Amino acid sequence: MDKFTVLTAIAAPLPEENIDTDKIIPARFLKTTKRSGLGVHAFDGMRYRPDGSENPDFVLNQEPYRKAEILITYDNLGCGSSREHAPWALLDFGIRCVIAPSFADIFNNNCFKNGILPIVLPREVCTQLMDDARQGANSRLTVDLARQVIIRPDGREVPFDVDPLRKQLLLEGLDDIGQTLQHEKAITTFEERRAQAQPWIPRIVLD
Amino acid sequence: MAPRTLFDKIWDSHVVETLPDSTAILYIDRHLVHEVTSPQAFEGLRLSGRRLRHPDATIAVVDHNVPTSDRTLPIEEADSRNQIETLERNVREFGVTYFPLLSARQGIVHVVGPEQGISLPGMTIVCGDSHTSTHGALGALAFGIGTSEVEHVMATQTILQKPAKNMKVVVEGQVGPGVTAKDIMLAIIGHIGTAGGTGHVIEFAGSAIRELDMAGRMTVCNMSIEAGARAGLVAPDETTFEYVRGRPFAPKGKAFDEAVAYWKTLASDEGAHYDRVVELRAEDITPVLTWGTSPETVIPVTGNVPDPAAEADPSRRRQMQRMLDYMGLEAGQKIAGTPVDVVFIGSCTNSRIEDLRAAASVAAGRKVAPGVRAMIVPGSGIVKAQAEEEGLDKVFLEAGFEWREAGCSMCLGMNPDRLTPGQRCASTSNRNFEGRQGPGGRTHLLSPAMAAAAAVTGTLTDVRELI
Repeated sequence: MDKFTVLTAIAAPLPEENIDTDKIIPARFLKTTKRSGLGVHAFDGMRYRPDGSENPDFVLNQEPYRKAEILITYDNLGCGSSREHAPWALLDFGIRCVIAPSFADIFNNNCFKNGILPIVLPREVCTQLMDDARQGANSRLTVDLARQVIIRPDGREVPFDVDPLRKQLLLEGLDDIGQTLQHEKAITTFEERRAQAQPWIPRIVLD
Repeated sequence: MAPRTLFDKIWDSHVVETLPDSTAILYIDRHLVHEVTSPQAFEGLRLSGRRLRHPDATIAVVDHNVPTSDRTLPIEEADSRNQIETLERNVREFGVTYFPLLSARQGIVHVVGPEQGISLPGMTIVCGDSHTSTHGALGALAFGIGTSEVEHVMATQTILQKPAKNMKVVVEGQVGPGVTAKDIMLAIIGHIGTAGGTGHVIEFAGSAIRELDMAGRMTVCNMSIEAGARAGLVAPDETTFEYVRGRPFAPKGKAFDEAVAYWKTLASDEGAHYDRVVELRAEDITPVLTWGTSPETVIPVTGNVPDPAAEADPSRRRQMQRMLDYMGLEAGQKIAGTPVDVVFIGSCTNSRIEDLRAAASVAAGRKVAPGVRAMIVPGSGIVKAQAEEEGLDKVFLEAGFEWREAGCSMCLGMNPDRLTPGQRCASTSNRNFEGRQGPGGRTHLLSPAMAAAAAVTGTLTDVRELI
C-alpha cells in the first residue's frame, strides 16, 4: 500500500447521492483474480455509452478531471456490495482521496485498506469544494493528512476528522495484518480460553 | 453489569484485545469463502508466506459465477471458469472444506452456511460478501468484509473493528394475507432509507419478527445491508434451536444441549440501551415493491410512482427523474399493471424452500404469461432436491417456469443469467441498482409470491388478487 501524506490534485465533482458499488464497478468486471487493471471500467455505466464510446457529459471524461485524484460526492458513497474492486477501480483510475457527507461502512473500510483517504464533511462544505473544483485546471485542492486539513485554492483551510490508528497506517503505508500478528499471543490465549468455556463449538473438518 | 443488547454480548465475548483508540481485535468463529472476493486474498497469503490460521473454521463454495444450466457441461465463460478453478486450487493448497459445483451441498454461500449448521447462534461470521448479514437471523454477528479483510481473517482469525451502535427495529402486530418477510423488510428500508442503519447493527424484534420462520428471518437480516447497517440480528429462540438441531455441522447430543443453554443467555437484557429505535405496525405493511434504482424506493403495489416535482431538494429531484427515465416509468403512474419481461425467483434473499413453496402456491394451476421468461433458481442443491421431493419442480415446469441449478444467478448477472437493455424484471433479489442484473436492465424488488403473481399475469400485480 502506498503512503498517503500530502496530496495536491485536481478534484472531480460528482454531485450525487447513493453512488453504489455497482455503479463504481459493475459485477461483470469482478471476474479478475488480480487487484490491478480495473480503472478502465470505473463508473462503466456512467462513463461509457452502450456502444462503448465515452459519454462526454460524465465528469471523468472531461478535462481536467480525467486526471482527477480526488472525488467529491454527496451522501452514502459506496453503498451496496462489499466488493473491494470498487476502491481498486478508483485507485487504478488514479483516485487517492474521496470526500462526501457520508460513506457506506464497508466501502469506507475498504478505502483505508488500499491507501485511499475517505474524508467526511458536511454537505454544504462538499458543495463549496465542488464549486472550487469547477474553477478549472489550476484550481487544485491540497489534502494534508498529518495536519488533517484540506487547503482550498484560495488558501482557506477545512479541517477534517480521521481515526488516529487508520491515519497512522495511511501515513506509513502499513498493512494491518503484520500489526495484528504482533498480538498473536493474545489471540492464542483467547482461543484456549474459548475452547474451555465453549467446548461444543464444532471444528469444520474435511470429510 | 449494565444491561446489554444481543449485539453487545456477542461483541464482548469475541474481543481479543482492545487497542488504544478503541479498535477491537475481534475473534471470528466462521469464515465463508467464495470465488469472487478470495483470489487476491489467497495470493496475498502466498506472497507473504503466511498460513491460513484456521482451515477448521473456514468453508468455501462457488456461487457467484456458476452457470445455473446443465452442470455436466464445461463452463463456457473463460474468466468465470478461471475464478472457479483458482478457488479449487486454493482450497486444496490451504486445506479448506469445499463444496464443489457437482456437490448437492453447493449453493449460495448464505443459504449453505445456515443449512449445513456451519453458522450458529452467538458466533461471529464473516464473508467477502455484503449479504453475510443473512446469518444474523440465527442470532450470530455476521457481516460482509472486503478482500483485504478476508486476507486478514485468513492470517489472524480476527478482524479490526470499532464497536457498532445499537439500533432496534420493532415490528409489532400481525401481517395481513399476502404480506411476507420481504414486504416487512422492504417497508423498513423504505422507512429508514439506504443509509438509515449506517454505523449500526440492527436488532429486529417484535411479534411480527418472532412469528417469522428462519427463512423469513434470513430474508429480513439479509437486506440489513440495504438499510446501510453493518449487520442484522434476531435473538435466538426455540424456532432457532429447532432449526439448528440435527444440521450436519451443528453440535450433537450433550454438546447441543450445552450450546442451547448458552444461546439462551444471548437475548438482549431488559433495559438494554439502543442508540436508535424504530417502530412499525405490522398491520400497516402491505405487499410492496420498488419503483426506482435504490432499494429505498419502496411503494405499496397498490400505489403510484412518485412525482419528482414534489421533491424540494434539486439534486434529489434530478436523481428521481433519472431513476424514472432509467426505469422507463412516468411520474404518477399506477405501478400495478406495468408489464414485465422477466421474473427471477432466487438469490440469497429469497431462494430457500419456504420461498419456493410461496411462489409455487401462486403458480399452481396457472401459466406463465406469454412472452415472459420466468426463472426459478434454488439457493442450494439441497433446496432443489427438497423442492423436487415435494413436487414443486413439476408445479413450476407445468406453469412454464425454468427450473435451474443453484447459484447467485440473475441477482447480479455474473454468470450468463442477465437482463438485456430495457428488459423489466420482477425480482426476489436484494438490489435494484442500475445495471445490477445486466446493463440497462430494470429491476423491481418484491417477494416470491409477488414475483410468481407477476409471472402468471405478465404484469406487476397485487398477489392478494390471486390468493
